[in-house]
Amino acid sequence: MNDVLLNIEDLVVSYTSGNKKVNAVNRMNIVVEKGETVGLVGETGAGKTTTAKAILRLIPNPPGVIEKGKIYFSNENLLSKKESEMRKIRGNKISMIFQDPMTSLNPVITIGEQIAEVIRLHQKVSKAKAGIIACEMLERVGIPKERYDEYPHQFSGGMKQRVVIAIALACNPQLLIADEPTTALDVTIQAQILELMHKLKIDFNTSMIMISHDLGVVAEICDKVAIIYAGQVVEFGTVKDVYKNTAHPYTKGLFAAIPSIKGDRLKRLFYIPGLMPDPTNIPNGCPFSPRCSSKLDICEKCAPKDTYINENHLVRCHLYEEKERELDLCQSY
Amino acid sequence: MSKDNKQKRGQFKEAWIRLRINRAAMFGLSVIILLIIMAVFAPLIAPYGYDEQHLKMANLLPSWRHLMGTDNFGRDIFSRIIYGSRVSLQVGFIAVGIGVLIGGTLGSISAYYGGIVDNVIMRFIDTLLAIPGTLLAISIAAALGPGLTNAMIAVGVGTVPTYARVVRASVLTVKEQEFIEAAKCIGVKDYKIIIKHILPNAMAPLIVQATLGVASAILSAAALSFIGLGIQPPTPEWGAMLSAGRVYIRDYWHIVTFPGVTIMITIFSLNLFGDGLRDALDPRLKR
Repeated sequence: MNDVLLNIEDLVVSYTSGNKKVNAVNRMNIVVEKGETVGLVGETGAGKTTTAKAILRLIPNPPGVIEKGKIYFSNENLLSKKESEMRKIRGNKISMIFQDPMTSLNPVITIGEQIAEVIRLHQKVSKAKAGIIACEMLERVGIPKERYDEYPHQFSGGMKQRVVIAIALACNPQLLIADEPTTALDVTIQAQILELMHKLKIDFNTSMIMISHDLGVVAEICDKVAIIYAGQVVEFGTVKDVYKNTAHPYTKGLFAAIPSIKGDRLKRLFYIPGLMPDPTNIPNGCPFSPRCSSKLDICEKCAPKDTYINENHLVRCHLYEEKERELDLCQSY
Repeated sequence: MSKDNKQKRGQFKEAWIRLRINRAAMFGLSVIILLIIMAVFAPLIAPYGYDEQHLKMANLLPSWRHLMGTDNFGRDIFSRIIYGSRVSLQVGFIAVGIGVLIGGTLGSISAYYGGIVDNVIMRFIDTLLAIPGTLLAISIAAALGPGLTNAMIAVGVGTVPTYARVVRASVLTVKEQEFIEAAKCIGVKDYKIIIKHILPNAMAPLIVQATLGVASAILSAAALSFIGLGIQPPTPEWGAMLSAGRVYIRDYWHIVTFPGVTIMITIFSLNLFGDGLRDALDPRLKR
């Protein structure tokens, strides 16, 4: 399981709005190994979706620009590829599931044809053969193939998400990016879809990036989890490490903020004071420092480095750095 | 959808089935087909030649011999209307075809790519838009010379800005939708995204505009004929007949009325059909 499939190194993505520059993704590092599921967890606007779009090079330009960094996929840098090469990767080797199944299917094309389209784009097969493969895909996601000729409006939300999954997996991609695939669905359907994705992921031997803000969902199906704050990974490790030996103060805050069915109902729910920093004006030091309860002096001046707690568990926080750095050494970032 | 329709059907057959239940649209379609048959078999249907003059029998009111009466040269109006359908329908459809094709292409390219491309194309369209449509058609017709083909080109080019604007606006709203991003995400090429994913979703306003456009194209061609730059007499054309008979309206109402009513019926049926077609092409509207 040690083959690295995707390696994002020091990715910086920014958007220009007016004459302000917004750093949506800031020194992002993520590693996805073959067959692994990595969860990206963070608040709204933390840069999760932007990272996903950067992998597929679908950041709208203007206003978005990938400023720095490298994205290695099967040891090839995606950022130096031509647009025509990227087109062959999209949908074929890397595919994406969008948040809202209601709007991510074309309303005037039958769902069968939409699945067949991606097959015809990437595999040299006849129209009839593509139709047969599309029927098989429908069956695999639990939709009877008789519904091949129906239009998206004839399906319910959960069924549409199944179709979207069928499209995403039709070409047997190596990496599947799921951008909050269950947020728009109700809880019972959510469980079904998650189970389906988990099963298919194993069947197809696909790696997966699961974007979510639901720590429960992530615990359910992910192997590793990356906690994202203000465009950077503040903590990364196996689900067990991150959930049991939580290191970063932000992650601790997130866990504390989950409402519990046990305990005192009159007690107020914990919340992390303050708001995410204004993305046009991210503090110099650690971006979490203004809200952090265990802040050190160095935190406001100096950006923290990645520190390994164990082999697989990484945290970007001054509390865990071995020795205090000299203040004038922090200018390296 | 009913469960007994399990066999595969093409998109057009599907649309046809939906269209067939719409009575108004079917009425419109039948009238249009009737007009087209009339145009094709004009010499067989018309009781007289379109340029047969009988000056002794000028300005006759409708009777059994002349169903719609005769005009100031004693020509049978009914026959002229039948022959006129050839020219008028051609002008209407082809001029709109030119407008939709050029305007639609420019509009969708401009909306899809945005930025500089959008700016260049739309400023060009704005320049065309600054000149009144009829004036533009007149100057094009004057430059190309009179005649049927040139009249169609002139009227067609005159309508390009309208279609470009309509298509651009509707493509702009569709291209922001998530399924377009999803299409990019599976590696579809740009031109295919425009043709297969955007345009079918952006059709509705274009279809309505185009059916209305056929009507105004017939009238614009008539205006060109009126000032001598369009269809040359004695070739009959509804608009030209209308404007030629206009002088006699106080004494001989029938010379103006019948061409006018014919244009009205044509346009009315086109609009009914256009409305029905728009609904039928949209699978979201359920039965």
